This record gives sequence, C-alpha cells and structure tokens, in this order.
Amino acid sequence: MIYIAGFIALAAVVCAIMALRAAKTLVSALWLAGTSALVAFALYLMGAHEIAVVELSVGAGLVTILFVFAISVAGDEALDVRTVIPRPVAITLVIVTGLLLAWFTVAQPIANLIQPIAPSIVVPLADALWKQRGLDVLVQIALIFGGVLGVIGLLADGAEAGSQKSEVRGQIREEEAQQ
Amino acid sequence: MTMTPLTFVLIAVIGLLGVGLYGLLISRNLIKMIIALQILGKAALLAFVMAGDANGQTGQGQALAMTVIVADTIVAVVGLALAVQVRRRFGTMDIKALSNLKG
Repeated sequence: MIYIAGFIALAAVVCAIMALRAAKTLVSALWLAGTSALVAFALYLMGAHEIAVVELSVGAGLVTILFVFAISVAGDEALDVRTVIPRPVAITLVIVTGLLLAWFTVAQPIANLIQPIAPSIVVPLADALWKQRGLDVLVQIALIFGGVLGVIGLLADGAEAGSQKSEVRGQIREEEAQQ
Repeated sequence: MTMTPLTFVLIAVIGLLGVGLYGLLISRNLIKMIIALQILGKAALLAFVMAGDANGQTGQGQALAMTVIVADTIVAVVGLALAVQVRRRFGTMDIKALSNLKG
C-alpha cells in the first residue's frame, strides 16, 4: 500500500510543477488544490488518517477558497517573464539543495540515520498531540489567534482607507452642489 | 541502495522541496510566491509523517505534521491578505516593482 502512496506523492510533484508553470494564478491555485488532495491521499495510504482529513479539508478546501477570493479581489496580473534571480542560478541552487538532501537521506543507509530511540510503541495521535506535545497545541492556538488578528487588522486598514475615500468623494460632491 | 517503500515518498519530498524552492526563487508574482511556499509546506508535511513512520514514532510525526498544517495555513492567510493590500495600495503585485518603491 505504501508503494502506491509513494507513486501518488510523485504525482503530487507533477501537480506542483504544473502549478508553477501555469500562466494564470487562478489555474495555479487549482493545481495547488490538486497537489493538496494527492498529498492527503498519500497520507491516508501511509496510515495518517486524521492528518489526511485535516489536509484535505484545510489544504485543498479552505486555502483554495482563500486563493480564489484573493485572486478575484486583486485580479490576475500577467507579469514580465524575466525573473529577479537568473534562472541558471536558481536551477543551480535547487540542484545543490536536492543533492545535499539526497546525500543526507537516500545515499546513506536510512537505518544508520534514523535509529529507533525506543522500541516501536504505537502512540495514538490524540495522546501524542495532547499529552506529549501540549506546547505545540498552545503554539497552534496562538498562531490561529495571531493570524486572525493579523487578517482583521489588514482588512480593517483597507476598509478604513475605502471609507476615507468615500468621505472625500462625498465632500467633493457637496462642494460641487453648493457651487 | 535498495528501494524501500518509504524511498518513493522520500523522493517525492525532495521533489516537492525542489519545485517549491525553484518557484520561490523565480516567481515575481506575490500570489505565485505564496503558492510556492504552500508547496514547500506540503513537502515538510510529508517528511514529518514519513520520518515518524521510519522512526517508529508515528504519533509524534503526525502531531508535528498537524502543527505544520496550521502554520502553513496561517502563512497563506496572512500572505494573501498582504498581497491584496499591496495590490490595492501600489496597483501591482510585481515584487521587482515593489522593491523599487521609495518610502
């Protein structure tokens, strides 16, 4: 089963490449949703059922809706194909990073790198999350509150700017009416 | 090197990291940059679950993966809100044009 998960994860890589190759950002967002769905399927086949459900609902659902909303508000912008960093430099950096990762993981025997610290004891996700990694849960809650406050602050700033503009327009109209 | 089942997932993790890093380096559109960051997040998610499986500590890997999902989503939400504001204020989402702005 995990072989199939590996192949599905490789298909997710293809989706990710298509997400970056697409000319329109809306199409990119849809390819990203496909990547998330395939990653969620691979996670399910690897036995991480809860994570797969969360990834499918949040990664492929919520985030895609947010992308579509942001693109509909901001609009799609066709940019010049020239990049800030030259492509050969970027490709070299990516290849060097990939080779380093491969050297640290694939090329060396995995058994030497990842030694089981203790005999394999299957700890349920709920126990691991709430008992062993309680601090992580607190950090997640803080992140969610911070994110919500940040978005409210950003959108409120935009709404204030919009209301100020409408007030200025109203004053101009009144002045024109008086004249 | 023998190809174990987890090796395929590991190759996919390295592939996703490479694609995300390349997209982050060459993209000029702010939304495309956030998409590249999301791809990097997917790679980290798969890597945590795979490392947990390989290490015999499945619960720990999945708990860390949950943290990655939350952090990745918050990054996307705040990044998209910033991109919308940048578009409203400056009329472009080109990072090269933004870096030339004064003040």
